[in-house]
Amino acid sequence: MGPGEEEIYQEHVLDHYEDPYHRGHAEHCTHCHEDDNPLCGDTVSIELSIDDDGRLREAYFDGDGCCISQASASMLIERFDGKTVDEVRQFTADQMLELFGAKLTPNRQKCCLLPWRVLQSAIFSPADGSQS
Amino acid sequence: MNQSPSGTPLDVESIRADFPILSKVLHDGVPLVYLDNAATTQRPRQVIQAMVDTYEQHYANVHRGIHWLSDQSTDLYEEAREKVRALINAPSREEVVFTTGTTASINTVAHSWGDANVGPSDEILVTEMEHHSNLVPWHQLAQRTGVAVRHVPVTDQGTLDMEAFDGLLSERTRLVAITAVSNVLGSINPLDEIITKAHATGALVLVDGAQSVPHQTIDVQALDADFLAFSGHKMMGPSGVGVLYGRRELLDAMPPFLGGGSMIRRVRLDGYEPADLPAKFEAGTPPIVPAIGLGAAIDYLNAVGLDSIARHEHDLTAYAHQQLGQLGSLRFLGPPPAEKSGIVSFLFENNRPHAHDIAQLLDRQGVAVRAGHHCAMPLHKRFKVNATARASFYLYNTRAEVDQLAEALAGVQQVFRRRRRG
Repeated sequence: MGPGEEEIYQEHVLDHYEDPYHRGHAEHCTHCHEDDNPLCGDTVSIELSIDDDGRLREAYFDGDGCCISQASASMLIERFDGKTVDEVRQFTADQMLELFGAKLTPNRQKCCLLPWRVLQSAIFSPADGSQS
Repeated sequence: MNQSPSGTPLDVESIRADFPILSKVLHDGVPLVYLDNAATTQRPRQVIQAMVDTYEQHYANVHRGIHWLSDQSTDLYEEAREKVRALINAPSREEVVFTTGTTASINTVAHSWGDANVGPSDEILVTEMEHHSNLVPWHQLAQRTGVAVRHVPVTDQGTLDMEAFDGLLSERTRLVAITAVSNVLGSINPLDEIITKAHATGALVLVDGAQSVPHQTIDVQALDADFLAFSGHKMMGPSGVGVLYGRRELLDAMPPFLGGGSMIRRVRLDGYEPADLPAKFEAGTPPIVPAIGLGAAIDYLNAVGLDSIARHEHDLTAYAHQQLGQLGSLRFLGPPPAEKSGIVSFLFENNRPHAHDIAQLLDRQGVAVRAGHHCAMPLHKRFKVNATARASFYLYNTRAEVDQLAEALAGVQQVFRRRRRG
């Protein structure tokens, strides 16, 4: 590690990377979004099932990329599975970095914030054929 | 360009002593292991000193002042041009244009030759293994002129699909724009065959020499290349200087690209007459000191010998394949070591751990490699990966450094050993 650099490959980061929470597809997907980080090619897609009360009944992610982007997706989905759209909207980028835990350089912050960006868009992106 | 280079073994220890940065100790006291030479190389004292000497003793603008310093500066700048000419065996100095790099050289051809010579019924032939700098200028030319850009596919082995090349080449092809060596795969393209066939159908050939001129002997007359583009910073010279070689009759017929000082013979309020070659393509104050530094880098390359350098890099590449190949689940992109340049791109199974994590963890051991798409997104897409890690060698690298890379990679695998959340 460089001087003053906090360990980014912490156990809980590696745990989420190797054994992710809800990597897969929602059974009754009502909302979804996918995006990439063109600088590095990392991709994250998120599928949600949002009920009439605005609650995330199902939340799943899929993607391809580095440990940071994929682990942060897992942490984010775990955090908001069962929560409401309003709670997602109020969740800031800074809070996402805090949830991730390890301190990241600006370049790697982009990896960490990719899933957060995708989730913020997904709650406003009805899936094809969905009536909401 | 040959497959089994001759040349005497290098005295790498004494070469390394010429490169101050190679003895740098990084964070946590780890020595630098610099394996990112395809991105940019380091430079020896001799190159740095040549630039310091110029700034301290000989610097003024070139081709302008009627004063002693300007003559000094002009002489050194033109001497550097002669060194480039000799390196690539161009027939004359007027065919050697200094630019800011390979990208600027290719853009010059795309704008100057392209805008004047192609239209909607024509085709430019590129390949799937091109660096973005040899793709985007042609896409932009297509937007301006309607020319079609077609591409030669790459085989699973990472070589150019020559059967497909034969099928794609036609009387509509006006230019083949191709790299001599892939910056990701290390593949060495059969330029002799490509140029002979292209000329037979009336097409010109632009060679992107960014990854070949620094590493192998290249002779533009023997090759019969129409254009050759390369950069100084990938061959121990400074950043900010590059070269465009073009055959005289082509450069003569091409309109200037950038307008400004130096590139004119005469300017009136209602027009201008362009200067002769090579000034016609060197608008504004050129990269004077970088060009002089490049000249010093060429002196250094000649003193060591390009054949010896190529042989040394082949040895390191073969050794890297052998050592890294022992790590489980590691996969190489590109042809076997005997058939490629000193570039080793790899990834782990399912890209786990990911190339960026590999590079970040290798950095802790002082090992500098590139991770990502290496400015070749279409090539990565073709191999269905979004990122690879790349180690690339130069004359100052050693087998011991390859061992450090292999050891550090084993450590990376250890960090990502299988786990389940408790």
